[in-house]
Amino acid sequence: MNRKKLQKLTDTLSKSCKHFNKFEVNCLIKLFYNLVGEVAERQGVVAGLDRNAFRNILHMTFGMTDDMIMDRVFRGFDKDNDGCVNVSEWVHGLSLFLRGSLEEKMKYCFEVFDLNGDGFISKEEMFHMLKNSLLKQPSEEDPDEGIKDLVEITLKKMDCDHDGKLSFADYEQAVREETLLLEAFGPCLPDPKTAEQALCPAPLLLLREAKSHRAGVIRICVCPQ
Amino acid sequence: MGVALTRSAQWTAAGHGTGTLEITPLNEAILNEIIMFVESFIYKHPQEAKYAFVEPLEWTTELDASAFQSGYVVRGEAALLPEKIPVWVSYKATVGLKDLNSESLDVFLPSRNVLGWFRTKGKADDEREINYERKGEIYKDLVTFLKEISAKFSENMSKQEINFDEEQQKEKEQFDAAPKKEEAATNHKARLGSDKTTYQKNHINLAKTQMTKRLEPSLNWKTSVDIKDRKSLVKDSQEEKHGTRLDKTRTSISPGRAQLLRKSIEKPEEIISESSSESEEDEEPVDHRQEANADLPSEYWQIQKLVKYLKGGNQTATVIALCSMRDFNLAQETCQLAIRDVGGLEVLINLLDTDEVKCKIGSLKILKEISHNPQIRRSIVDLGGLPIMVNILDSPHKSLKCLAAETIANVAKFRRARRAVRQHGGITKLVALLDCAKNSIEPAQSSLYETRDVEVARCGALALWSCSKSYANKEAIRKAGGFPLLARLLKTSHEDMLIPVVGTLQECASEENYRASIKSERIIENLVKNLNSENEQLQEHCAMAIYQCAEDEETRDLVRLHGGLKPLASLLNNTDNKERLAAVTGAIWKCSISKENVTKFREYKAIETLVGLLTDQPEEVLVNVVGALGECCQEYENRVLVRRCGGIQPLVNLLVGINQALLVNVTKAVGACAAEPESMAIIDRLDGVRLLWSLLKNPHPDVKASAAWALCPCIENAKDAGEMVRSFVGGLELVVNLLKSDNKEVLASVCAAITNIAKDQENLAVITDHGVVPLLSKLANTNNDKLRRHLAEAISRCCMWGRNRVAFGEHKAVAPLVRYLKSNDTNVHRATAQALYQLSEDADNCITMHENGAVKWRFPVLQTFLLQLSVANVGGLFGKDQSPPSPVPK
Repeated sequence: MNRKKLQKLTDTLSKSCKHFNKFEVNCLIKLFYNLVGEVAERQGVVAGLDRNAFRNILHMTFGMTDDMIMDRVFRGFDKDNDGCVNVSEWVHGLSLFLRGSLEEKMKYCFEVFDLNGDGFISKEEMFHMLKNSLLKQPSEEDPDEGIKDLVEITLKKMDCDHDGKLSFADYEQAVREETLLLEAFGPCLPDPKTAEQALCPAPLLLLREAKSHRAGVIRICVCPQ
Repeated sequence: MGVALTRSAQWTAAGHGTGTLEITPLNEAILNEIIMFVESFIYKHPQEAKYAFVEPLEWTTELDASAFQSGYVVRGEAALLPEKIPVWVSYKATVGLKDLNSESLDVFLPSRNVLGWFRTKGKADDEREINYERKGEIYKDLVTFLKEISAKFSENMSKQEINFDEEQQKEKEQFDAAPKKEEAATNHKARLGSDKTTYQKNHINLAKTQMTKRLEPSLNWKTSVDIKDRKSLVKDSQEEKHGTRLDKTRTSISPGRAQLLRKSIEKPEEIISESSSESEEDEEPVDHRQEANADLPSEYWQIQKLVKYLKGGNQTATVIALCSMRDFNLAQETCQLAIRDVGGLEVLINLLDTDEVKCKIGSLKILKEISHNPQIRRSIVDLGGLPIMVNILDSPHKSLKCLAAETIANVAKFRRARRAVRQHGGITKLVALLDCAKNSIEPAQSSLYETRDVEVARCGALALWSCSKSYANKEAIRKAGGFPLLARLLKTSHEDMLIPVVGTLQECASEENYRASIKSERIIENLVKNLNSENEQLQEHCAMAIYQCAEDEETRDLVRLHGGLKPLASLLNNTDNKERLAAVTGAIWKCSISKENVTKFREYKAIETLVGLLTDQPEEVLVNVVGALGECCQEYENRVLVRRCGGIQPLVNLLVGINQALLVNVTKAVGACAAEPESMAIIDRLDGVRLLWSLLKNPHPDVKASAAWALCPCIENAKDAGEMVRSFVGGLELVVNLLKSDNKEVLASVCAAITNIAKDQENLAVITDHGVVPLLSKLANTNNDKLRRHLAEAISRCCMWGRNRVAFGEHKAVAPLVRYLKSNDTNVHRATAQALYQLSEDADNCITMHENGAVKWRFPVLQTFLLQLSVANVGGLFGKDQSPPSPVPK
């Protein structure tokens, strides 16, 4: 990509993305094309990061392990639903991921948890997301009993209007009361520790990027907050 | 036990009693078991193993002699174990118990193995062998076992009474005796042989408390051992050779207890070094754990379920369970104890040790709430929660730090916890939290960051406040550089933070080391500033801190210079908040030790207000109010003021109280008022002198002394003082007998009172009859200058009657008096010269003085006083051959 084009892209994106400054946006764009370049070489398509490449980043950089959640995060990033994350989605997504306000994060998380996108997190969806969250007790007759109970507990805690499912309003109210519930159904945001590791001080970026890129872990350059 | 073992062992044909043991598998098995028990006992209970039995255990029982049929020799009222049972038999391997309840004297043999206690098949009829095979269930401890086996035992246990029946007695005796005997075996063989075991009603204090408080052996019995006991235990263990106290040896009954004892002596110096300022809150609370069969509330089961999810869930499930647990009313004891009882505390503390920030936050949020409960605090400490929380203080995550510090603040409400915080480096880390301004460097979001940093500092101060109640922690805070940081935070304006900061300063101000720094760091200025705050709690702690610091004169001046007296005086007008009123009056009391401050208080009309506070106030307030008035009344104008405001009556009324601190202050205040004749008349009319006089009978020496001091101005200023004093039946005898006290302050004050009483010839005659002369003479050998002065004055005054002069000589009071001249105190010199002058009228006394070198010391110390005395007597003092030396020797 030529310098002029990069400059233009940086300008455009830093206007629409309020959490990163120009320098940071610039670094992220470079990083994106670095990553995409690799993918492109393998697949011959230069559209952006596909699901697998993106999941790889989520796993290596942000320590995410849950397949389903990672899929949902990909969907969260892939706003236009075209199956890959383009440069704009990349910068905006990371802006939320790393610097997002509580409001932005709530909106994002709710979308991640609302598996069928109907605007509600239903009991079934909860069950689906929580089904691996408890150690299976061999002694129990119904192995899902614990999960079902956990769903009930969550509903009791979060379903403010008592309609048996979580609307965004329910979710928002519960999270505002107890921030720990932001990622109630699974970690879909980088945990503070990983995020910190991912954020390396700007001057060190290029060095680190070169080194760690090879190892599969990317370093995202942002100014220390 | 001996009996049982004797029976169970297999003897050679040579016969029972004197015989030797056969080499049989059974004997070998018994011996092995004995050895195993004895060996492990020493390591498990080193403390108990040290006890030596110097005398046989004796106790009485309500059982009559006929109960001890087989195996015991019944001699008169005493049941003895049969003699010469070999020593090793006393070692405990199995416990043989007679189940008296079953009438049949059926012998069953509980045995212990690794798993616990069980019943053996016992001795079959007509057989010498005992079958050691297990019969029935294995029980985890002896008490459970006995309860199960013996109906009587369990009945008695449930009665919660100490009427131990014989089997319990015996069991204990055996249980206890074993290690000691083992220890002493080598040199106590003979005595052990004739181990007289008289049964006696037990007065087993420790066992008693344990039994009444809780029926099961428990790790929580520690509450029953107070510091005194611990100290004496430590001492005992050092003096083990000199015998063992019964009640102490009883402690080996429960393994838990033994462990605890060991714990308690681990660091005796630590325990002793803790500050005395720690109050009842330090008392570890009694455990009210519910009886197992009590009805459990529904919360209990719900919480139990949540704890299950905490244990078996991943991060997501854990966070949900934690959040749900917070929906219970965690301020309620039922929920707090339910969390503990279902093992929730362990899980919550374990979560703190993970890497999951969200889990840690959730767990701390719960711990922070439930740690308001004293029992939970203790459990948290027992489970090792404090070191983990101390580590979290290093976390980069600010809200995590805050929660950890807040929880520590709650937990560190008792001594052991505070010590744990210090020993794990917590004080240094908490002090580091105070250093908040450093981190807020990002200008863009400075306000947000500042708020968070202020919160961190606030939580740090909160935890330090709790910790600072221990002396060693005050020292640790100072060493960690906490003081300048506290001083800096004091200059900020965040009220939330100021309260714990001032609270910590106030705690620390009880230490000398701090008071110097308090003067230098502009602390007083800021305390005064915050007295003007709107926040009542802040005002209270500021006043409290001033109260603590104002013992120091310079500090009192600083309070005045920074204008602190006016707000203090005006806070007196708001009497609704009693805590604050107590703190404010306390500050006023201490400040009014300086005369300039009293002048200011008079200006602010504080004295009138104080008089108004003499009625209808709690004792904490009264002590301070009266203390302040006592100081103020040292000045004539204020005495008049107090009288005019009608202060005498309520003061005299307070003389009938029982609060020591209050009585000390009231007597002082009444004494101060009595210095003025008009007030004295009122006091006399209100029968105040009689009340003061009866306080001489108060058990507390401070009150006695203060009352005696107060009597001096009363006698001095009362009309017809002699008559008044005589009117108190037995009063003079009481005063004279107080000269037998061993408290120097009491003695000095009583001497002063006697000086005043003796001004009246008739009274002097009476106290002479009561033997004042020998008693005063006895006191003469003292180094205490205050006592010397008043004693010399009293002697000098008492010389005025009959042959008292001669009597003082006879009772050898003269020689010590001469030595008083070596003192550096001019008051002592003056009084002594006066006394010697009086005594010198007797020739023999003059000789004594001469022999003891009164002449040698007369210059320069005596010259001033001697010149005032008549020439004739000076001549007497120096003897006939010596002319008075020249008055200027230099």
